[in-house]
Amino acid sequence: MTPNPYLWVIPILPLAGAAINGFFGRRSSKKAISTVALVFCGSAFAMALILAAGFSSASAPYYCNLAHWIRSGSFQVDFSFYLDQLSLVMLLVVTGVGFLIHIYSVGYMWDDDGYYRFMSYMNLFMFFMLTLVLAKNYLVMFIGWEGVGLASYLLIGYWFTQDSAAAAGKKAFIVNRIGDFGFLIALFLMIKHFGSLDFTQVFTAVQPLSPETAGAGLLTAIGLLLMVGAAGKSAQIPLYVWLPDAMEGPTPVSALIHAATMVTAGVYMVARSSVIFERAPMALMAVAIIGTLTALFAATIGIAQTDIKKVLAYSTISQLGYMFMACGVGAFSAGIFHLMTHAFFKGLLFLAAGSVIHGIGGEQDMRKMGGLRQYMPWTFLTMTIATFAIAGFPPFAGFFSKDEILWKAYSSEYGSWVFWLIGVITAFITSFYMFRLWFLTFFGDYRGGEVNDGAHQSANAHAAHDHSDHGHGHGPHESPWVMLGPLVVLAFLSLVGGWIGIGGRFEHFLAPVFQVPAFHEASATEYLAHGTAGEAAGTGTETLLMLISVAAAILGLLLAWTLYLRRPQLPARIADSLGALYRAVANKYYIDELYAVLFVKPLVDGSTTILWHGVDQGGIDAAVNNSADAARYVSDNVRHMQSGNLRSYAGWVAAGAAAVIAYMVWMGIR
Amino acid sequence: MVPLSYYLLLSGILFACGVLGFLIKRNIITIFMSIELMLNGVNLSFVAFAARWHALSGQVFVFFVMVVAAAEAAVGLAIIISVYRTRETLNVDRVNLLKL
Repeated sequence: MTPNPYLWVIPILPLAGAAINGFFGRRSSKKAISTVALVFCGSAFAMALILAAGFSSASAPYYCNLAHWIRSGSFQVDFSFYLDQLSLVMLLVVTGVGFLIHIYSVGYMWDDDGYYRFMSYMNLFMFFMLTLVLAKNYLVMFIGWEGVGLASYLLIGYWFTQDSAAAAGKKAFIVNRIGDFGFLIALFLMIKHFGSLDFTQVFTAVQPLSPETAGAGLLTAIGLLLMVGAAGKSAQIPLYVWLPDAMEGPTPVSALIHAATMVTAGVYMVARSSVIFERAPMALMAVAIIGTLTALFAATIGIAQTDIKKVLAYSTISQLGYMFMACGVGAFSAGIFHLMTHAFFKGLLFLAAGSVIHGIGGEQDMRKMGGLRQYMPWTFLTMTIATFAIAGFPPFAGFFSKDEILWKAYSSEYGSWVFWLIGVITAFITSFYMFRLWFLTFFGDYRGGEVNDGAHQSANAHAAHDHSDHGHGHGPHESPWVMLGPLVVLAFLSLVGGWIGIGGRFEHFLAPVFQVPAFHEASATEYLAHGTAGEAAGTGTETLLMLISVAAAILGLLLAWTLYLRRPQLPARIADSLGALYRAVANKYYIDELYAVLFVKPLVDGSTTILWHGVDQGGIDAAVNNSADAARYVSDNVRHMQSGNLRSYAGWVAAGAAAVIAYMVWMGIR
Repeated sequence: MVPLSYYLLLSGILFACGVLGFLIKRNIITIFMSIELMLNGVNLSFVAFAARWHALSGQVFVFFVMVVAAAEAAVGLAIIISVYRTRETLNVDRVNLLKL
């Protein structure tokens, strides 16, 4: 443990940017706003680079106690930050990709009226995300966790004048509350049993405990509850429903928050809690099953979507499922590896999709795209790299991380061929829907010509709002360089980002964080030696599995090529012949409708009839109103005594006096 | 010597006349005079008792009442004049601006 007093500066920088733009941005010029946003975000990135340059595994982890927060007996929580190998990877991904997306946003959002608001929210998001990844205890992490939820809500509902955007923001926030509930309970359990929320202290307390293989116990409960939180934030079954709707936000937001960084917070949290999960095999199993199912489930939905951003949204859910699958089989470093490469290529996919949407005047329906290759060559080139990366073609980044996950799913102690098989099927589907998107968007003939001229009044209020600058209605065109620059950088990273994983270097780098699993009595070095030996033995199998997954990716490419380029009339016929199944997939398996019937409607109806009409109106309001009514009724009747007539007062006085005298006389006689 | 009961009877009659006048009359001056009548009815019973029991305190009390009545008359008449100036009437039933 090495103290580093400057760690807290990294999150504070974007907060300062958010504050300046938020308070003064309304009266500033757009140039000034951009400068502030980029400088503060960029300097956070620069500081992250400096830290990375000075990072040495020998002196890691670094920490920084900024201030006391809660002191209650022996229970202490401080505002403290923490940097180890895992947070360093997250830090670089968040600041790096975040900075690129900030640059891109300058071009993308320039003509929007709320430009300063947008930039302020983006910086605010960076602050919370950095707090999340740099936290030294679960409570500070929870601040970031809730904060990114807030930023996500604000940015999804950025165009809040549209009901759909406002509703999507609310949906994201409410669904996340369910997950946060689980997370909070897990924190309470930790406080109760370990008396601390500090990572080091909790993990030290957990370390000597033996794995709960026989029956579910405390650690399993904590693990499952943490997973509930992760499922909410990272859009896993059953809480994934908010992420597709979150595409209502501007495209840079989808890239930054809903693809590259925030949605991976759940994976980070599970990986951070690896010590707990490794001692709770059942929780681990649940993570793996949820991840695997989500990967497959979301991928199948992605096949039938026609909105380019919706395809990418389901793809994100599916890829997050991969990461959880990796964590669930105990291969935390593989999950984090995929998290990193995914941040590159999925951020790129979203930004390129944004560039496409930008270039054709706000249209998001892939059926109205096509042939864009010749109009926007740079977007096409970068998107191609990203597509190949996510589909898992060597030597692109996605290949290495996905292959690592599939291998670990097959070979690890917690793994099984079932996970691997579903993973490969998902890889095939992923490849198929991504190349479907690619072919539909960039190949064939441009199908949006007639739409483009009058698009903005009729087509899509959202799109028109998204790109009011393109009301002039000429053909598709390439985006400005301020947007293409980040695309090129991310394309480069999507190309080479996976190479750092060759030879298990990435895994070795992260090894100190994911310490010796409990079932190994051996020391860390012995464990690593054992791991390499095991890998050496399985090299043959690994190569075979790798070939199979590459074959799956190629198969997906070929199928998409056949269906969407060579014989474009075929998909409609297949859809017709599948009938109900196709409709179910196209309608996302009616999960939203199911949730509406199962949870939303009973809640709304119950709240309306019982809580609103019953308790609130019938109980609380009625108590207040009825006592007021009673007072008025009594006063209405009594006020006639105050007639203002002097002689009637006198009469009352006389009558009263007579009564008193009569009483006294009567008493006196007795 | 006149018996005590005569005095008390007269005192009661005077007081009752005062009360009746107070309740029945509308002219504010008459009402004022009725109050004086009541006070004097009470005064009469005070002095009657004082004479009967040879106790001076009853007579002293009467002087107090007379002093207070004089002060009251001064204030009351001032109020009556002021009421007349603003309302141009001495009918108490018309002085009812605060009535509901």
